[in-house]
Order: sequence, then C-alpha cells, then structure tokens
Amino acid sequence: MRNLTLAALLLTAACTTTPRPQANRPAPGSQEVLAIPADPFPSTYRAYPSVTTVIRNVNIYDGKGGKIIGGAVRLENGKVAEIGQTVATPANARIIEGQGKWLTPGIIDIHSHLGDYPAPGVQAHSDGNEATGPNRSEVWAEHSVWPQDPQFTRALAGGVTTLHVLPGSANLFGGRGVTLRNVLGRTAQDMKFPGAKPSLKMACGENPKRVYGSKGQSPATRMGNIAVARQVWSDAQSYKRRWEDYTRRAKAGSAKPTDAPRRELANDTLMGVLNGDILLQQHCYRADEMANIIAMSKEFGYKVTTFHHAVEAYKIADLMARENICGAVWADWWGFKMESYDGINENAAFLQAAGACTVIHSDDADGIQRLNQEAAKAAAAGRRAGIPLPPELVWQWVSLNPAKGLGIADQTGSLEPGKRADVVLWNGEPFSVYSRPEVVWIDGAVMYDSADPNKRPVTDFELGQPGKGDTK
Amino acid sequence: MLAAVFAMPATAETVAIVGGTVVTGNADAPIVGGTVIIDGGKIRGVGGSDVAVPAGARVIDAKGKWVTPGIFAGMSFIGAAEVNAVDDTNETRASKSPFSAAIDLSPGINSASSSIAVERLGGITRAAVTPIASREIFAGQGVVISLAKGLDTVTTRQAFQFVELGENGAETAGGSRPVAYLNFRNALREAIRYAANPGAYTEGRDRDALLTRMDVAALVPVVKGQQRLLVHVESAQDILNVLALRTEFENLKLVLVGVREGWRVAPQIAAARVPVIVQPMLDNPNSFEALASTRSNAGRLVAAGVNVALGILEQDASFQARNLTHYAGNLVAQAKVPGGVGLTWAQAMRTITSAPASIFGMSDTGFLGSAQRADVVVWDGDPLELTSAPTDIFIDGVAQPMTSRQTELRDRYLGLRLQDAPLAYRR
Repeated sequence: MRNLTLAALLLTAACTTTPRPQANRPAPGSQEVLAIPADPFPSTYRAYPSVTTVIRNVNIYDGKGGKIIGGAVRLENGKVAEIGQTVATPANARIIEGQGKWLTPGIIDIHSHLGDYPAPGVQAHSDGNEATGPNRSEVWAEHSVWPQDPQFTRALAGGVTTLHVLPGSANLFGGRGVTLRNVLGRTAQDMKFPGAKPSLKMACGENPKRVYGSKGQSPATRMGNIAVARQVWSDAQSYKRRWEDYTRRAKAGSAKPTDAPRRELANDTLMGVLNGDILLQQHCYRADEMANIIAMSKEFGYKVTTFHHAVEAYKIADLMARENICGAVWADWWGFKMESYDGINENAAFLQAAGACTVIHSDDADGIQRLNQEAAKAAAAGRRAGIPLPPELVWQWVSLNPAKGLGIADQTGSLEPGKRADVVLWNGEPFSVYSRPEVVWIDGAVMYDSADPNKRPVTDFELGQPGKGDTK
Repeated sequence: MLAAVFAMPATAETVAIVGGTVVTGNADAPIVGGTVIIDGGKIRGVGGSDVAVPAGARVIDAKGKWVTPGIFAGMSFIGAAEVNAVDDTNETRASKSPFSAAIDLSPGINSASSSIAVERLGGITRAAVTPIASREIFAGQGVVISLAKGLDTVTTRQAFQFVELGENGAETAGGSRPVAYLNFRNALREAIRYAANPGAYTEGRDRDALLTRMDVAALVPVVKGQQRLLVHVESAQDILNVLALRTEFENLKLVLVGVREGWRVAPQIAAARVPVIVQPMLDNPNSFEALASTRSNAGRLVAAGVNVALGILEQDASFQARNLTHYAGNLVAQAKVPGGVGLTWAQAMRTITSAPASIFGMSDTGFLGSAQRADVVVWDGDPLELTSAPTDIFIDGVAQPMTSRQTELRDRYLGLRLQDAPLAYRR
C-alpha cells in the first residue's frame, strides 16, 4: 500500500508544485496513516518564454537514430511541434535559415558534479563526497548544488541542456543524484527537472575500499565492498518490510501513528530503489566487479540502471545488453588508476555493437563542454575496428540513451513532436572538431546564442571579475 | 604475430611518402600531392611530385592522406607514470625526498611504459616531460623524450628546470606568494654564491644556506641562463611578477607554463620575448588565479606575437597528449565563435609541432625540412579532426609499430568470440 501512496505522491509532483500533505488525512474515526514524503524539495523550475520558431534548410540528427538533410523543425509552446523535410510555418514564427548548419537534440550528461564541485575549486566548495561512512544514502547531491557555479554556463555553451549531478564515489552508497535543467536559477530547486526520478549513486572498486581501508575500517577490500553493501541492502529490506507492515496495519485501523517506524533517511533512499522509485546509478570500472554488482542486485531485487565509467564494459558487453543496463563511458580515459588500466577507445563502440544502451558521459567540468567530440572520437575508434556506426546513431549516445538512463526519455533526448524543445543549432557538423553550438534552446527558450552577448549567462560569482562575459 | 614484430625494421630505412597532403609545420600552405623522402633517419626531401623517389625506397602511397611532422607535446607525463594513482609506478613526484631542483627526471622515464605506445598512436613523436613539485617550489629537471619503440627514450636530459610561482608555489613554499618569491630569490642567490665558491658547501650546505649542495648546484645553469626555466603561473598578476624577476636575474631563460590569464598581459609577454606552454581548453574559473580563463587565450597570445605551444599540464585523464591535435582543432573552431579569438589551421598545427620544438631548443625536429630528424606521421584524414588517426609513424626515420597494449585488448575482445577456451589463450 505504501507503494501506491508513494506513486500517487510522485504523480502529484509531476503535475504541480503546491505543497503536498505529509500524511494521508484519516477518515473520521480511523487512524492517521503516516507515509514518507516523496519529494520534500520539489522542483520550482519553470520554462522561460519562447516564441514559435522554425529552423529550416538545416541538417538534422534527430537523436533517435535518424538523419534529415535539408530538413526543418518547428518549436512551439516550448515543445517540438513538428520535424520533417519541411514543416508548417505559422505567420508569427521566427524563421532561422540553417544552410550549412546542423540541428540536434540538446546534450544530456548522465554523470556530472557541477554545482557540487563548483568553480573555483577551493576547499570551501568541496561538497561532492560525504566521505564519512561507506553508506551515506541519506545525503542528496542537490543539497550541495551551488546554482552560481560558472561551470553550468560553459556546459550550456557546449550544448548541454540536461545534466545529472551525482555525489562522488568515495562511498559505497554516495547518496542521491538529481537531474537538472541547465537553466541557472537562484536555488537548486529552480533547476530540478520536474518529475525526474532521483537516483542513488553507488560505487564499487578502488575508491570506497581506499577511503575506508585507509581509516582502518571496512570496507578495506573488494570483498569488503560487496559484504558491506549486501548488509546495507539486507537492512533496507527489513526497513521496507517494517513500513509495509505498519502501513498495512494502519490502513486496517490497527496501528497508531506512534507505531510508525522511525524515519531512517538512508533507508528511505534504499527503499526507494527497492521500490523502483529511485534509479540506481552504479560507478564501476572492472568487468568482474560489474558482474558481482549485477548478482547483488538480483539477490536484493533492485535494478541497476546504468554502469558509470565502466572502463571494462567492452569485456562484458553481452552481459550488459542481456541485463538491459546502460554503460556510460568516456571516450578514451585510461591509466589514471589501476582499475582504469584496461581502458580502450573502442569501449563505447563494442557496447553499441553488442546491442547495449551506450552513453558517453563526462564526470568532468571540461569534458561536459564537448560530449559531442568525445562521442565522435569513440565512434571513430569503433569504425576503425570495423563496427558500422553512422553518426545519426551515435548522437543517441549523448541524447536519447542518457535520457533512458535517467528515466526522462519520454520528455527529452530526441526531436519528436510533443517532447521538450531542448535543441542545439550547430555552426557545422556536430561531430567535427571545427563545430560549436550557435543557439541552445531549453524548453523552447533561447538560453544561449553565440551571436548575442546578452544570451551568454554570467553567474553572480563572475560579476566584477576579470573575464566577465567573455567568449569562453 | 611474433614474426611481424621481428620483421619490423629496427633501423632507419629509405622511404618515400608520395601523393599526400604535406603539411610542413612551418605555417606555409600544405603541398597537395606532395612527397616526403626519408633516409638514414633524416628527411632528405620535401616537395611536390617533382621530388625524385630514390631507387630502392619503400614507397608509401599517401593519396587521400595527410603527412605532417610528428606531434610534439609541449608538456606531458608520458613515460613517467604507468598508472598515475599507483605510486610505485609514478616517478613524477617525490614528496619524501630532501631534494628539489637537483632531481633529474631521466632515470624515471620508463621506456617500457604502455603510455608511450598509446600516446604514439595519437601521432605524438616527441614530448617534454616534467617532474611535479612536491616539497619545494622547484620540481626539478625535465626531459624531452622520443616515443619510439625501444630503449632509447630520453632525447634530451636536463632540458629544463621547472618551478611553481603561482598558487601551487605559494602553498609549497609555506603558504604565500611572498614566501614563494623569497624562496626563489634566495635559491638563485645561493646558486650565484655557490658558483663563485663551491668550497663553502663542503659540509653539504653553506652555513646559512637553505638548499642542499646538489640543489644549489643544479640552479647554477638556471641563473646563468644556460638551462631554460619553466615557470608555472596562471594569473595576469603572477605573469608580470615573473617577468619582473629578470631585473634581478637578468639571464633567466624563461618559459611560462599555464598562463590561463596570459591574454590579459599578452603584449607584455610578447615584449619580453618569453614563450608559453598552455593547455588551451580550460575555460572555467577553477581557481582565483584563473578567473579570466577562456579558450581564446591561445589565439590572443599568438595574435600578440607570443610563441605558443600546447601541452598537458596536469596528470589527469581528462586531458591526454594524444588529443593535442583535437585541442589545436578546437582553437580553429574558436575563431568562428563570435567574440572568440582562435588560430588559423596552420597556426594551430604550429602549436603542436614547430613551436614546442623551438621552445625546447630542438631545431632538428618539429617541421618537415631537409636534414631534419625524420619524425613524420601519415594520417588517414585532417590531423586535427576527431575522426582521424595515424596510419604510419616514423621517429628518427624508423617506422613505428601501430599497436599498443590497448589495441591488443581491443583485438582480444573484438566481437567477443567466446569459443572453446578462455580469452586468455588468445593473443
């Protein structure tokens, strides 16, 4: 029953931003049934004003595997209204002639720490890792997000319209991640993607065992990583059963509010994963460890949505395809730590060839600015290995596939009628090193225009500083 | 497979690369349908189809391909760390050592490092490699390496001294820039004193000296201007402060490294005739010394007349030497962004070939010219483009293997053919 309550609250969250009740009010004479609030920090994002816009005679990667040469797209009311060789052009529409230019869906980065590790990267800004215990499922990355981080604006100029901000990987359970619209706000809530599910960031491998092993505590080994994580999941299952039992009894009138289990914030998050309301994003490098993680997820009955970094995904690409788990990888990072030693440039291509959901991610405030270029490099390596990778398919690696990994593919990630008008106009073919975004629309509103200095956002931090408003 | 390795010519051969688009690296227009002749480890001819192919030369048909000088990484950590985070394999830092300026990175260069082949496959043939400062502002002396397969990796020992005088220098020196400058001036004055009277250091150090004898001796060529001094600073203010050091130490052969706010003082850098090595992609205000970071930095510096080379300045996977060609390409793109200042294609190519070679005093590489070292790369497309890759690489005239540990991993897992034995039985 608690599932239903939570589901109802989530639905509410998607439709309105009015405060929701913390508990279901009882009918007269019956007991109050306490429930865990689904979204106590609701999105206050709102789309900015847009005008009906037609971009025509433009080459298009539609983000779902299609390409149109000399096509057109109409953006209307913040949505993609029409896409094709030609589209209807209302009299009031702003018309952009796109000869020689390309149009794509906005880039989505499934792995970012912008806001949590903002610039300048001084110690006082280091808010990405609550490295005080291996299970910190109670912390939420959004509560570290500094909306004045100038790095958001650089990502915007690189065509990023949506990003997922995760806690770091010091902990086995790093805490909740949050999906943001790349539209600067005064608060993190202003940037939250309405209705997007939160995630739980988990990490395997070197980081957790190093961080805690060096403190003389568990986990200190890879076997410790799995053992600690399994105990946490087992405890979360108990928590879930306590809430289900209480809810069942309360609904039947046999439990008082004081019988409700004590809220345990870490277990709230873990229970959300077990219930499918929170997506599991798993940092993991090595193939053998990813296999262990998959087995653990089956033992406790949750789903790994995406393996992040997954430097050795190419070794188990078939397994990831079979398990329907996305691999979010870099194009060519390797060798910076032992578990990244076997990185190869064909990693993404091998995942794609095996039929797995392939994502290029950044995990980096510089890389996020050029995810198109990272995808281009990864695809080129794959083609040289003999894997056919047409560019229109590859664009999915930075748009529709990360949207799938974040559970927002119904709203963004491709240029399809009814989806959010998250769109980038490029001044050339977007997989070329010589191309850069010219205009970026988010929900149909122009949030970046390379030709208009007033459409180049400047954060509070940058005011009065050298370089303010410069072309970056 | 083994046979193929042994069949590799171990010595320089005579090669004619014909029909390609030849880029000399000297910022002149590419030669379409050009010819490059390699013999005895040197370039013996560069030009159009009129250049004669020597009898018996191995001919490489480069039709549809590009031919360039080998890429020269203006800074890197190639060969100095196998796995950055595994201390046992990382020779760049020595935080437990009492030494600083005297540290010579040469014995730390591992010719068997897998990073050499991996970076080589990105077209890199030479690279400057630096130690990293840990206990003192002086990091020690870096090298220029060859990325050729073999045991002869170090091309130039003690190619430069490296010092930190920005935020890093302040922290290393004890907490402030004034202390960093004090350390610097004290060290160089000790070097002057040592040069005049080495005997005063017979007990390891001079009576009131802070530096060890080895360190102070290492700074003598720096203060005399016989060894180039690479100074890492980022802010406009720090850059001017470093340039001003030459009023006290007039012979310093300065090279500025980092200089993310260089564009703000580009005329002063140009007037001082000090070259710079930049990592040109950084445009976030990551620190208070780099608030004005922009990808227009390199373009604005070049426009002011500064000799600019590109390099990798941090040990971090997000930037790798094998992608320097792409960073150069991004500088071409920057010129097309309204308000941005970038480079022409030829200027961009120069920042990764002849500019770094000139900065490190290697006049015999970095461009395709007669009698130059035959460091030559043949590419399957525009070398600055993301989709391009080398098809042939020559270093000192020796054809290099086009394989690495990574290509062997790739080939093992390509197609995931799980057959009748574990993958470990396939190689």
